Amino acid sequence: MRVKILIRLKSQILEPQGKVIEQSLNNLGFNEFNNIRQGKLIELDLPDNLSKEEKDQKIDSACKKLLVNDIIEEYEVLG
Amino acid sequence: MSFKSAVITFPGSNCDRDALCYLQDLTKGVVYNIWHEEASLPQVDLVILPGGFSFGDYLRSGAMASKSKIINDVIKHANDDRYLLGICNGFQILTEIGLLEGALIQNKNLKFLGKNCFIKKKFKNNFNLSIKEDQVLQIPVAHNEGNFYCDNETLKSLKDNEQIAFEYCKGEFSNSEENINGSIEAIAGITNKKKNILGMMPHPERAYSDFHPSQDGKLIIESLIT
Repeated sequence: MRVKILIRLKSQILEPQGKVIEQSLNNLGFNEFNNIRQGKLIELDLPDNLSKEEKDQKIDSACKKLLVNDIIEEYEVLG
Repeated sequence: MSFKSAVITFPGSNCDRDALCYLQDLTKGVVYNIWHEEASLPQVDLVILPGGFSFGDYLRSGAMASKSKIINDVIKHANDDRYLLGICNGFQILTEIGLLEGALIQNKNLKFLGKNCFIKKKFKNNFNLSIKEDQVLQIPVAHNEGNFYCDNETLKSLKDNEQIAFEYCKGEFSNSEENINGSIEAIAGITNKKKNILGMMPHPERAYSDFHPSQDGKLIIESLIT
């Protein structure tokens, strides 16, 4: 099964890339685009025969050990 | 007894050679260069995690290096109350390991900063003993993620335990800034609670030799060996 993990900086942390993207979009006339923040998406394959618990446990563990720094980031498993 | 030290090299480290020369010239003792895949460290007084872009800064600066094989022994070395110094990417690696609190995020102005900067000591520890109160040191920085962040609770604890070693300050250049990268309270370097581990963004190993614009970086090694 394909797994998608969305990682983003916590909302209280400054995300300067989003600010610059917003500025550029505004300059192109997209004035209604506000509060842009950029994150990252990690996609990976896990075996189909894993139970939901096993899958959640493995993803959680990988996020805590490496993929996410919980001082500054939060994550969400999509779909 | 002579002072022994070691520098760890990761793929993408680029200040390891400078750190080796810095230690050789200033300690006059044995200096080992250890590859990150080694399983053990020799018994030394000081280990330096050098600057650079370990593992290409992939995922987050220092994230991959913090899981390297040698890190178990680096943690043991620190738990034995021996000195551990992380410079720039080395500081990022120390926060990723969890040996130092907080995290280093992208500079506030989105610029890679490669220039001389000015710092002064905040609280006393063994790494800055030879530095006078209010003495301004000129030491270069070269980083994109040097903006120190921690939550309010951690900041309070860093202050209460006197763990802030260095802060950025204005210096003799007219364009020098109070806080170059947006760090909370202009923090440039912190220690652990026991104060045997220091992480700092400025590069003291680029400010010690006669051919460097400043020799203020010497004071850190002098503090440790005297």
